[in-house]
Amino acid sequence: MSVLLAPGDVLRRWWSELTRVQKWAFGAIGFGALALLPVYTPAFLDTPGISFGGTMAQFAMVAIIAIGLNVVVGQAGLLDLGYVGFYAVGAYTVALLTSPDSPWNRVAPDGWLHENWAWLACVPIAMAVTALAGLILGFPTLRVRGDYLAIVTLGFGEIIRLLADNLAGVTNGPRGLNGVAYPHFGATEDLPHGVFSSGNSSGDVNYGTWWFWLGLILIVVILLLVGNLERSRVGRAWVAVREDEDAAESMGVNTFRFKLWAFVIGAAIGGLSGALYAGQVQYVAPPTFNIINSMLFLCAVVLGGQGNKLGVIFGAFVIVYLPNRLLGVELMGVNLGDLKYLFFGLALVVLMIFRPQGLFPVRQQLLTYGRSARTLLASADEPKAAR
Amino acid sequence: MIQECIGQYVCLAGDIGFNVENLRTGFWQFTIDGLAWGAIYALVAVGYTLVFGVLRLINFAHSEIFMLGMFGAYFCLDLILGFAPSGNAYDRGVALTVFYLGVAMLFAMAVSGSAAVGLEFVAYRPLRRRNARPLTFLITAIGMSFVLQEFVHFVLPEIIEGYGGSNAQQPIILVQPRTQFEVFGASVTNVTLVIVISALVLARLTYLFVHRTKFGRGIRAVAQDPTTATLMGVSRERIILTTFLIGGVLAGAAALLYMLRVPQGIIYSGGFLLGIKAFSAAVLGGIGNLRGALIGGFLLGVMENYGQALFGTQWRDVVAFVLLVMVLLIKPTGILGESLGTARV
Repeated sequence: MSVLLAPGDVLRRWWSELTRVQKWAFGAIGFGALALLPVYTPAFLDTPGISFGGTMAQFAMVAIIAIGLNVVVGQAGLLDLGYVGFYAVGAYTVALLTSPDSPWNRVAPDGWLHENWAWLACVPIAMAVTALAGLILGFPTLRVRGDYLAIVTLGFGEIIRLLADNLAGVTNGPRGLNGVAYPHFGATEDLPHGVFSSGNSSGDVNYGTWWFWLGLILIVVILLLVGNLERSRVGRAWVAVREDEDAAESMGVNTFRFKLWAFVIGAAIGGLSGALYAGQVQYVAPPTFNIINSMLFLCAVVLGGQGNKLGVIFGAFVIVYLPNRLLGVELMGVNLGDLKYLFFGLALVVLMIFRPQGLFPVRQQLLTYGRSARTLLASADEPKAAR
Repeated sequence: MIQECIGQYVCLAGDIGFNVENLRTGFWQFTIDGLAWGAIYALVAVGYTLVFGVLRLINFAHSEIFMLGMFGAYFCLDLILGFAPSGNAYDRGVALTVFYLGVAMLFAMAVSGSAAVGLEFVAYRPLRRRNARPLTFLITAIGMSFVLQEFVHFVLPEIIEGYGGSNAQQPIILVQPRTQFEVFGASVTNVTLVIVISALVLARLTYLFVHRTKFGRGIRAVAQDPTTATLMGVSRERIILTTFLIGGVLAGAAALLYMLRVPQGIIYSGGFLLGIKAFSAAVLGGIGNLRGALIGGFLLGVMENYGQALFGTQWRDVVAFVLLVMVLLIKPTGILGESLGTARV
């Protein structure tokens, strides 16, 4: 039971003994192998009901979301139940600026965005808009108590969806926005719109795979940025706020400011994922941003281990892969793919009772001291082991 | 360019109405309908408030307890009392209808009450044993909410034919809404009367239970200071169980009343939104405060109706959420303050 519920401890011990160069090497090999998965798909991993490349693209997006949500929930300890709202803001920003259905369409010939790079130009805009949304939501709400914050953010997520649904003059309401821009890259005679277009749908290296690769690059970049933040003053402040807000405050940490930072950074990452989604699907509609997806994202973070950015990527993989794998598999007349929320709900409850820190928990106390503390501890353990 | 910008804002504003005339002419009708909604919110809100008062926990799965109550009431009317679902209303006379409603309500109360107690046993008690962090409780509650919803969505249809699933249940209409009398030109229907009066009676009974009985004193003691209450011989676990039971029973009653108001609303996802609104009501009145839950419920129901009249039907839910956010920002303790623990007798 303990090995099954705690695969992280063994892995971590091995990982923490590596040197920095070795870590980079293993990291590169690991991500390289991950990138090649859609091309050389092992038979036991394949998803018969749905394109494996598409599944992996979805995984990359949810992984980005999980990393962003992990900053908010895992690092700073702020339970955000409306995270899907930021995802929606990011997706709708891109869609509103580039979809022909939108009154705010800015793609040439009417606007200043050229079709070929419209999506790329919109990504930073989407991130900026979402960060602003995070600031606007965070500024008033981060002063309320922790458990209230959960409900306020839940309300925010629902309001965003209802706005998208009801402001039909702008967002086209429930019909959604079609024809969202995507990067035009690698166009050939067979694929006049490039490898990222939905026309590239056959074989292993389809447009899903290309989006997965793009997502993977973004994941690595975000991991480096977030990792550096974690080891900086900001990261230490987050851990302090999470562990004991009053103590942090009395030690001179400006808790409100750092909570706001966590919120804004998390929001921007969520917006980036939304922009990816809008580009890949080329269609944005309100039901995608249902509040239940917020819970699913939270499930990824909790499952992987709050605060552990690599763990939550694994959590995101489980969340995306399992329902797609089980699609169409029937057990006693029930489609197992349908039962994903039931299983994830059960997983949440069981995990919270037996292992609330998740499958790959973070070493909370040691995070602040980092490597030096671990070596110190290891040397302290040695004489005991020798005795 | 400027012309274009103005045009865009006009089309944005075109989706949000601002119909003062509509609100003015229908003011009393909106108020009375709002009170009926508010009564339902209030009963569910009491469940949130009691559990929060005793455990400092937002019982996120309470909305699913309410949803199970709806299915319980439906099951009782359909299979036990033999009302076949049809579009037409059964009018069996006042005495018989009240009797049937009473039986269905008791059944719904039993279903919801036992579900709430079961929830406490399965999900929350193990966590308390392990001294879990507050966040852990909340995530567990979300998980249980998932489990209960999806159970009704996918598993229940396999157990009882024609129950649960993706579609709402065929409505059973026990009472045809009929105007009884008018207040300021607004009609008061029999359904509204039944809902408001039952809610008031149940709220009064709950109040008496909490403030006049030995058990109630225990609840207030644990809410005030769990450690001291335990030292004084109050069994904390038993008090917590009772609290969940009361909350569940009231949610069951609210479920039947909701069924009278919205006969076609019995669906697996039907509790979620109502639960959040009821929680908003509890916060509005001051969470942990029984009277606050009642006042907050009625206030939210009425405000929601005014907002709907003013801005348009599709903004109904937005009004409730905006209200919740505003209350938390302006006065996080609510109108009456958080006082289950500090109340004295």
